Amino acid sequence: MTKQRSIIQQIVVHGVLAIGALVMVVPFVWMVSTSFKPAQEIFVVPPTWIPSQPTLKNYVDLFQNLDFARPFLNTVIVSGSITVLSVLFSSMAGFAFAKFRFRGRNALFMLILATIMVPGQMTIIPVFLMLRHLGLINTYAGLIIPAMVSAFNVFFMRQYILTIPDDLLEAAKIDGAKEGFLFFKIILPLSVPALSTIAIFTFTGSWNSFLWPLIIAQDERMYTLPVAISVLAGQYGENLAIQMAGSCIVIAPILIFFIIAQRKFLKGIALTGMKY
Amino acid sequence: MKTRFYWILVFVGPALAAMIIFLVIPIIASFVLSVTDFNVYSLTDWSQAYFIGFDNFSELLSDPLFWQALRNTVYCLVIAMPLTVIIALGIAMLINREKTYCKGLFRVVYFLPFVTNTVAIAVVWSWILNMHYGLLNWFLGLFGISGPNWLGDPTFSMPSIIMLVVWKAIGYNMILFIAGLQNIPTFLYEAAELDGATNWKKFVHITLPMLRPTMLFVTTMMIIGYLQLFEEPYMLTQGGPLNSTLSVVLYLYRQGFRFFELGYASALAVALFLIIIVITMVRMRLSKPAY
Repeated sequence: MTKQRSIIQQIVVHGVLAIGALVMVVPFVWMVSTSFKPAQEIFVVPPTWIPSQPTLKNYVDLFQNLDFARPFLNTVIVSGSITVLSVLFSSMAGFAFAKFRFRGRNALFMLILATIMVPGQMTIIPVFLMLRHLGLINTYAGLIIPAMVSAFNVFFMRQYILTIPDDLLEAAKIDGAKEGFLFFKIILPLSVPALSTIAIFTFTGSWNSFLWPLIIAQDERMYTLPVAISVLAGQYGENLAIQMAGSCIVIAPILIFFIIAQRKFLKGIALTGMKY
Repeated sequence: MKTRFYWILVFVGPALAAMIIFLVIPIIASFVLSVTDFNVYSLTDWSQAYFIGFDNFSELLSDPLFWQALRNTVYCLVIAMPLTVIIALGIAMLINREKTYCKGLFRVVYFLPFVTNTVAIAVVWSWILNMHYGLLNWFLGLFGISGPNWLGDPTFSMPSIIMLVVWKAIGYNMILFIAGLQNIPTFLYEAAELDGATNWKKFVHITLPMLRPTMLFVTTMMIIGYLQLFEEPYMLTQGGPLNSTLSVVLYLYRQGFRFFELGYASALAVALFLIIIVITMVRMRLSKPAY
């Protein structure tokens, strides 16, 4: 009796989870499938899940006629630079806030913490005006520099570096090591788990970021992928297949990255409860 | 550790300078801009902007589009937040069961939408929600239901946006709930079982109270995140039809970067900031620990 009940329960639970999982996955499957469809197959009802005549035409069009390589390259350059700079500067500041003793340290750190709570929209307009004044609209610098600041990353690195014992640093100091040596030879190697966590989140966040590039990259040559996609959706409103191919190109790198590094991602989320 | 000033400057300098230039000063500047008439003419010559006191704010209060945008945004928050919590917590509890198989796989699959680019997946959703060729209406058709014009009908446009928002948010919150559930000591459940507690009683008297810290964090993040709704309506509906999906940030974007009414847009930003702070504080107040 109870055994039967528990089997039914097992079936119901896994059924519910499977249906939910299907809802999560279907948009992706449909996107990939449609991106390989020729134009005449798009509006077929009922929809076909596997293209009857698969074609690469949409991808070829995207790169040859619409020059999607350019926004792709832009996004790689911008996200890559933001990640490297943010990780470097955040870990340096995190190290100083965790291990250096200086006047005003706690006050400065509180100031940094306070900025985490301010919504991004608060800074967009003044930063836009500032960059416009400096002629940095439509430049890589304009896309990268304002986005490389992350109060959260500083906070996260400081918390991690606090757990590294002082004795280790003191011992090295007695042997005559300078702060630069301590940072590169002791702190960084011991902080790899934290560094990779913020690197993953920073890269994903900047790959997906939209509002800032939308404002700064007004010239077609500076578009990042999300901006290019939003423009594509406006201009090629009727050509579904090419839009799906474009979406695939934006989504696939991060998705593959996530599936490879999923442990790190999920652990990082649970650990920090962060949102990017 | 005693450190020379030179080293402090080297290590803290870059991050601090960037933060002051791109966060602290702009936040102050936002307040300053919000009391000026900075517009498209002032763009080329900043001296063309004048102090106008609180005119922007009084204009805001009598601007029907602002109220509409605020109503829409709060509508999204009020519906999407409980939906996200209930679904994410439900899934988390099902996955966290001892006897559930493929936990790892389910976790990854439910998390996929969260790491996905909102703009790109919104393009996909706009076709899923298409009245004639969309997957959703095709699916409803299988049951003999003729689906509505999701994105074109003001009644269904916001629910469509909420669908996408919730679909994207479930995975992230689920991971946090799983972490929270795993922190609940099992002896509490064992003790309750000895006392003959039902599953429902265990949920209400053990799981929910023990999840309070997670719940506080999750809902606070959601309040902040959902009130900044922008990409979904920008891509799916451009705020339409009849402004039924115009959100506060979308309106801010329009005023600021379409019409270049940057003073007015700054007032909007300040208003949004205050709204977020007030709602977050109310949320914190509500959850003063009872134990």
